Amino acid sequence: MTATMSAGIVPGGVGAPRSEAAGGPRELEARGRPRAMLPPSRLLPADSSTGADLASHLRRHGPLPPRRGARWRAGALEAVADAGLVGRGGAGFPTARKLRSVASQRRRAVVVANGTEGEPASRKDRVLLARAPHLVLDGAVVAAELVGASQVVAVVHPDARSPVDVAVAERRAAGVDTVAIRVVTAAAGFVAGEASAVVNWVANGRPVPVGKNPRMSERGIGRRPTLVQNVETLAHLALVARHGAAWYRAAGTPDEPGTVLVTLLGAVAEPGVYEVEVGTAVSDVLARAGGATEPLQALLVGGYFGTWVPAAGIGARPFSAAGLGAGLGAGLVAALPARVCGIAETARLVRYLASESAGQCGPCVFGLPAIAGAFESLAAGRWAGAGRLDHWLEEIVGRGACGHPDGVAHLARSALDVFADEVADHRSGWCRAPHAAPFLPHLEPRSHPGPRLRTGLQTLQLRQP
Amino acid sequence: MRTPLRLRVDRIACDGRGLCAELLPELVVLDDWGFPVLRTDVVPDHLAVVAREAVELCPVLALHLERERA
Ligand code: SF4
Ligand code: SF4
Repeated sequence: MTATMSAGIVPGGVGAPRSEAAGGPRELEARGRPRAMLPPSRLLPADSSTGADLASHLRRHGPLPPRRGARWRAGALEAVADAGLVGRGGAGFPTARKLRSVASQRRRAVVVANGTEGEPASRKDRVLLARAPHLVLDGAVVAAELVGASQVVAVVHPDARSPVDVAVAERRAAGVDTVAIRVVTAAAGFVAGEASAVVNWVANGRPVPVGKNPRMSERGIGRRPTLVQNVETLAHLALVARHGAAWYRAAGTPDEPGTVLVTLLGAVAEPGVYEVEVGTAVSDVLARAGGATEPLQALLVGGYFGTWVPAAGIGARPFSAAGLGAGLGAGLVAALPARVCGIAETARLVRYLASESAGQCGPCVFGLPAIAGAFESLAAGRWAGAGRLDHWLEEIVGRGACGHPDGVAHLARSALDVFADEVADHRSGWCRAPHAAPFLPHLEPRSHPGPRLRTGLQTLQLRQP
Repeated sequence: MRTPLRLRVDRIACDGRGLCAELLPELVVLDDWGFPVLRTDVVPDHLAVVAREAVELCPVLALHLERERA
């Protein structure tokens, strides 16, 4: 790995800050379920000394099978559908359906490998791109062949740019690919990773969502049908193309097959990126990161748009959307210790997310700061300021050009639900951690200038109640 | 059977002047900042004419009517 790949993104030691270990009882240590299996390492090489170069990659996975003609294409699409592969960028959309919809277009398509990783605490896409860039590129090339694309655009987080450049140069020299691969450095910002924002970034240099009109699958980059897939999804696709659906389904649960990359952070001994089989007991998942360092209160699952899940009794539950009642989203798992106030943390999250609005849609521009303010009032015990919170949370859903407002509303509701006792305590003026330092990382308001509000909205700011 | 006519708001284009709520109070109310909230997106037959009018009069062409393919 090059010097730019600092210790910041090495699995087992990612940039997620360690919480000070309080040395308290380890509530969620690995227990029960004997370790019959080694942790899966389908995507990430099991040992970090394995190189990311093409020769190591081919030794590990072998070459892609021959891929030509309508029969291969039909069979491979069916394998992806049978495997039950879904998107790993957050939305969890079935990959086969997306492939088919782009493949059905008449014009030559473009495939975008999305390694933007706008989720601020997530590291898994960067780690994957640094440690297994060829697996991602294999998947992008297979996707291109499946949808009839002649071009792949890899949009990668700045930290992963250099290993991807190296990998692309190796492939070019070896002449392994049938399509051209272009590498673009991703834009910063939470919404920059949203699929239409990525296309807008590549096509127009504006990393903001464009909504659903026109659909990208019909008219995206260069007005061509465009498939946007998260880089982890593509890496899984590369393995399905090699080994088939049954192999893929040998890991995971029947409803949620496979492995997932998770970024574990918060009150765990070794925050980092780990590959986990879906359905593994949550205690075993936490044990991968050395276990909890202190009693936990809740886990934030999925991402900063995610769902709070109470920690009580969670250790034995399967790590899956069904087992947790929470979508695995982009694979973030943040362990919140008991000593931290969940309402105050959520208030900071909501404020951060409001500041990450792309500034285009009225409900997002005005509604999210209002919701953030109401949450801050709640956290401060100023009940009056939270009066319209429920109303706003209900009203904002579905009223953005992208899912940003919906994601924030989901997070906020889940906090009100899971920390309901805490909310009641705040009402009577008690907070478990009135002066606690902020816990969840990377919530500084954006430092780069965001896209400006259009003039119409600017004049409207005067109307803010 | 025809699929219902639906009202759509282009949230990026809409700048919240609220004309639609004045013309179609049965379907559109405004939020605390003057941006439209659809009570329902299904346009009943008797409001189709007014809805078309609203689509034409929206100053930023942010309103659309759509009929899904059956
Ligand atoms: S909903 Fe918010 S983040 Fe999404 S496009 Fe509109 S302004 Fe941007
Ligand atoms: S008339 Fe057009 S611009 Fe005005 S609020 Fe309605 S949709 Fe928005």
